Parts: sequence; structure tokens; C-alpha cells
Amino acid sequence: MSDAVVELAAVTKDYGRSRILHGVDLQIGPAELAALMGPSGSGKSTLLNLIGLLDRPTAGRVVILGRDTGRMAEADRTRLRGSTIGFVFQFHHLLPSLTAMENVRLPRVIEAGRVRAGMEAAALDLLTQFGLGDRGDARVSELSGGEQQRVAIARALALGPALVLADEPTGNLDTHASDRVFDLMRRINRDLGTAFLIVTHDPRIAERCDRVIELVDGRIRADRRRDTSPRPG
Amino acid sequence: MPTAWYLALRFLREGRLQTGLIVAGVSVGVAVLVFLSALITGLQASLIEQTLGTQAHIVVRPPEERVRELLESRVGRRAVVASRVEKRAQRVRSIDQWQRVDRELARTPGVTAVSPMATGAAFAVRGNADRSIALLGVDPERYAGVIPIEEHVVQGRYTLAGTDALVGTVLADDLGADLGDRVRVTTAEGRGRTFVIRGIFDLGNRDVNSRWVLVSLRNAQTLLDLTGGATNLDLTTEEIFEADEVAERIERSTGLRAESWMERNSQLLVALRAQTASSTLIRVFVMIAVAMGIASVLIVSVVQKSRQIGILRAMGASRGTMLRVFLVQGGLVGLGGALVGSVAGALLALLFGGLASGPGGEPTFPVSLEPGLFAVAVAIATVTGVLSAALPARRAARLDPAVAIRHE
Repeated sequence: MSDAVVELAAVTKDYGRSRILHGVDLQIGPAELAALMGPSGSGKSTLLNLIGLLDRPTAGRVVILGRDTGRMAEADRTRLRGSTIGFVFQFHHLLPSLTAMENVRLPRVIEAGRVRAGMEAAALDLLTQFGLGDRGDARVSELSGGEQQRVAIARALALGPALVLADEPTGNLDTHASDRVFDLMRRINRDLGTAFLIVTHDPRIAERCDRVIELVDGRIRADRRRDTSPRPG
Repeated sequence: MPTAWYLALRFLREGRLQTGLIVAGVSVGVAVLVFLSALITGLQASLIEQTLGTQAHIVVRPPEERVRELLESRVGRRAVVASRVEKRAQRVRSIDQWQRVDRELARTPGVTAVSPMATGAAFAVRGNADRSIALLGVDPERYAGVIPIEEHVVQGRYTLAGTDALVGTVLADDLGADLGDRVRVTTAEGRGRTFVIRGIFDLGNRDVNSRWVLVSLRNAQTLLDLTGGATNLDLTTEEIFEADEVAERIERSTGLRAESWMERNSQLLVALRAQTASSTLIRVFVMIAVAMGIASVLIVSVVQKSRQIGILRAMGASRGTMLRVFLVQGGLVGLGGALVGSVAGALLALLFGGLASGPGGEPTFPVSLEPGLFAVAVAIATVTGVLSAALPARRAARLDPAVAIRHE
């Protein structure tokens, strides 16, 4: 058995009569920071949904941390998704009725089934690590775009997932904020060993990843690995 | 706090205006419900109280005397018989062994008080004035358990010792009599006795006030030639609306006639039932309108929050959690509306009740604000809230998270 965080074997996905993914084989290892590129309509979001257990393949297997998710009941898939996968979206998708701290605390609240003491401190601790320690009480609308995306990443990491799926996390940010958000993901990837699969159109982001997967018309056309480990000296 | 409650409260807070409007809508519905119920219950209670203020719940009398047709059995089958059977006039007579029946009735389940009575028609004469009266011979203590006359004595006191008598206000005026005055009571058979007026009562019914003369049971027995007898036994039942069932049981067990107040006032009861049915119909339609209001607002909320629902599902929130989030919202909106509506309805009812009053100072629109009414209103509105949230909640739970996240 491989030690891959995600393993896709001959995954096909049809929507009605159109085939979006054609027998995709893909493995993402632990602590890997991979970019998923491709033109619009190439099947990137569909692939992300399948890996994130938000959808089921028409054919093929999706294995998360060694567990074949094909025959899992919906409730088990929901639990596995909550505990092992974090999501970051292009438009932060934070809950506007909650503060920054409450958004970061939310995955823990959902997992525990109730709000418990101690959850607030853990969420604030995470925000502090992301340089947002003083913004815990701020409403989502009071945060800048970069801050919102950092809160969204903190939320995705609240339960210490093995994999973070990021759908164009910097697509809505300027260059400076975009670099800051990517640096943050890189740091988490190296410090915590969390695997990242980042969907991006930005070649600057892609060239800083360990691996670039190119998807065209529902097929993986290229899969390049690069050595991005920090050079000594 | 459970996750579903936490999220439900946050969602309600997020849509403050929507929440405020729907709570206001529910409040109006519940206020109408409370107001209508308080008014109709009050009016009905007042009507029943007025009716039962002068009537026993059940009156037990001897069976009717019937004429037996004997002629047909004496002549041959081919004979043509022209006959007219005269109905027998019902004379004043005692219940056979009334003391035994009295004890039996006192033991009957549902009966709380029994009062033996000797009643009949007579004339009251004072000076040149004479009036046709209903003579009621009672044991004052036992009769108080059936008709609380003592509460309605407006002059003098409630006593029937010796030749004491109590008369109604109208009769006292008609006879020009006052407390301590003497009045002679004579029956059609010519038996008479002079009584001293010790009390004047007002039972709120002109006919009763102009005709009733209360004397001791023994005096009435003598005047009506009923030595030791009782023409009827008046009863009070524990539950007034069970009087007809109790009366039926008594008829079966004693063979006597037992007439309940419901039988005597059947038209009033039909009117009350029609009123209850129409007000129930109004209340049902009000609650349907409330339910539709809650459901429509929550359905809009589900559409508006589709993406948030998708995100929550992506973060591991189960379908059950999302279902509960919206059910709790429905319940909370119903509860909030019910609390505000109950207060508003009660204030409205009190205001309306105080608008007009009758000649005796009693309110024209009596209102009944029982704690049970509020408990029922709160329970109905909360359950309606939860039920009306079922459809939007189901819709939220069934949202495909992948589609919901892309929702624009």
C-alpha cells in the first residue's frame, strides 16, 4: 500500500453525456505542494471536488489516506472530509455572520457537534501564527482581501488536515497579497507537512510549487516535479 | 451550545431584517390567536356563568305520569273505536323515597353537591299587591352548593329559619316590600302562610328576580301538601360539560327523570359550539398564514445561504446538522413571535375588555386570560415554526455541496 495522501486510479467523471475526466491517475504524497493548471473547462474543479469527496466518480477509485472512498456511506465520507481535508476557495467563502476567530473555530465546532471551551483559544492561536492575532474579533467585512484569505487558510488548517485543496486561492488578490498568501501555504507545508493541491492560472505561483500537474480536456497532459527545497547558505 | 443551535442563531442574526419581519408576522398571528381566544372564551364563560347562575347542573324529578290506554284490550279486534286519550296534567308530587335517592346521588361519580327541594306555584300577597311566584323550599346550606345565592344577596342575609323568606329584587319592588316586611304566600289549593323577608337577592335574571321566593324546605312541604317530600333534587357536577353524561347515568340507575342544563339550554350550546367552530377555523387559517410566512422566508434564506451551506458541508457538517439548523430557526422564530404575540394579544384583549361595561359595571366584552392559553399559543406557534421549516430544512440538507459552493 502506498503512503500517498490521495490516490486516484482511472477516475472518470461524466455529467450527462459529456465526459469531463478521462481515466485520471494521480498520486499526491505527504508534504507535497502541487499546482494544478489547465484552461477553463479542463476539469480542474471537477477533479478537486472528487478529491475533496464533494462528488463521486463515474468510474475509478479515489483513495484518501489508504481508504477507498467509493463504497463509503455519505456520512462516513462527510466525517473523513471534515477530519482530513481542508478547503480554500478563490473568494474566501468565510461566513459573514461570524468574526475571524469564529470562522477559524468553525471546523472544530462542527467536528465536536457543539461549541466547547478552549476552542476559542486554539482558533486565536492559529490566527496569531498567521499574523492576525489582533483581528480575531473583526467581522469578515472589516478584513482586507489578503487578511480574508489568510483567515480562510487558517480555517482550512483548524483540524490539522493531511491535505488542503485550494481553488485559485490567490486569484482575487494583488501581487503583494498573493505572494504573502502563497508564502504562508509554503511555510505550513514545510513546517507541518501538510500536502497542498493548488488550482491556479498564475504561472508565478505554479513555478514555486514542488510539482505542476497540467490538465487538458480531462486528461493529465504533463506532470513535472521540481526541487524547491531551500538551498543551504 | 450544539452546532445546529449555534449556526441557527448566527444565521438569524445575519438576516436581522428578515428575522425581525418574520417574527413580527408570527407575533401578529399569535396576537390574533390570543385575542380571539381570550375574547371568545371570556364571552362563553360569561354566558355559561349567567345561565348556570340560576340553574342547577342537573335536576332530578319523578317520572312523568302517563295515562294508560286500556280500552283497546277490552274490545274485539273488529270493533271501531273512536277515542281521544286526554293527557294527564302533571301534579306536584314527591320523588318516591327521595332520601334514599339523595344518598345514592351524593355517591355518584362526578356529582359534587345535591340539594332536595320542594317547589311549586303560588301567589305572594302584600296589601293590595299580589304576584304569581315560584315557591322554592330548600335546605339553605345544601342549596348554597347548587346556586350560590348568598353571593347575590343585595340586602339582608341568607337565612331561611322559621318563617324567614328571601325574595328577588323585582318581586320586592312589585310588592313594595323591604327587609323585615311580611308577605303572605298562598297556593292554588288555598293553603297559606305569612313570611318575613330576611333577604333580597339579585341573580341577574329579571324573570328569576320577579318570581322566586325561597323558604325553608319544611314550610314549602306544608304549603304544597308534600309532607316530608321533595319534588326534585338539584345537583352540581364536577365538570359542567359532563352534566349530560352524568344525567344519563342517573336516569339509568334510578329510573327518574334527570335533565341536565345542557338539555335545557340546547340552543345556547348549539350557538356556543358554532362560535367555537368558527373561531377555531379563524385560528387555523391564521396559523396556516403564519406557517406559510415562516416557510417562504426560510426558503429564501436557504437560497441566499446556499454557498454557506455548501462550505459548511465541505467542512464536515452533516446533512442532519444542516436540517437541524433550519428546523431550529423555524422553532426560534415561532417561539419569539409567540412570546411577543402573547403579550400583544393579552394587552389588546385587556384594552378591548376595558372599553365598555354593562349597567352593573361588568365588562361588555369579558376576556379570559388563563395561563393555559399562553402555553397553548406558544406551543402551537413553536411547533408551527418547526413544521413550516421542514421543507426549507430538507432543501438545505439535500444541497449538493459542490454545486452550492459555486452558487452565485
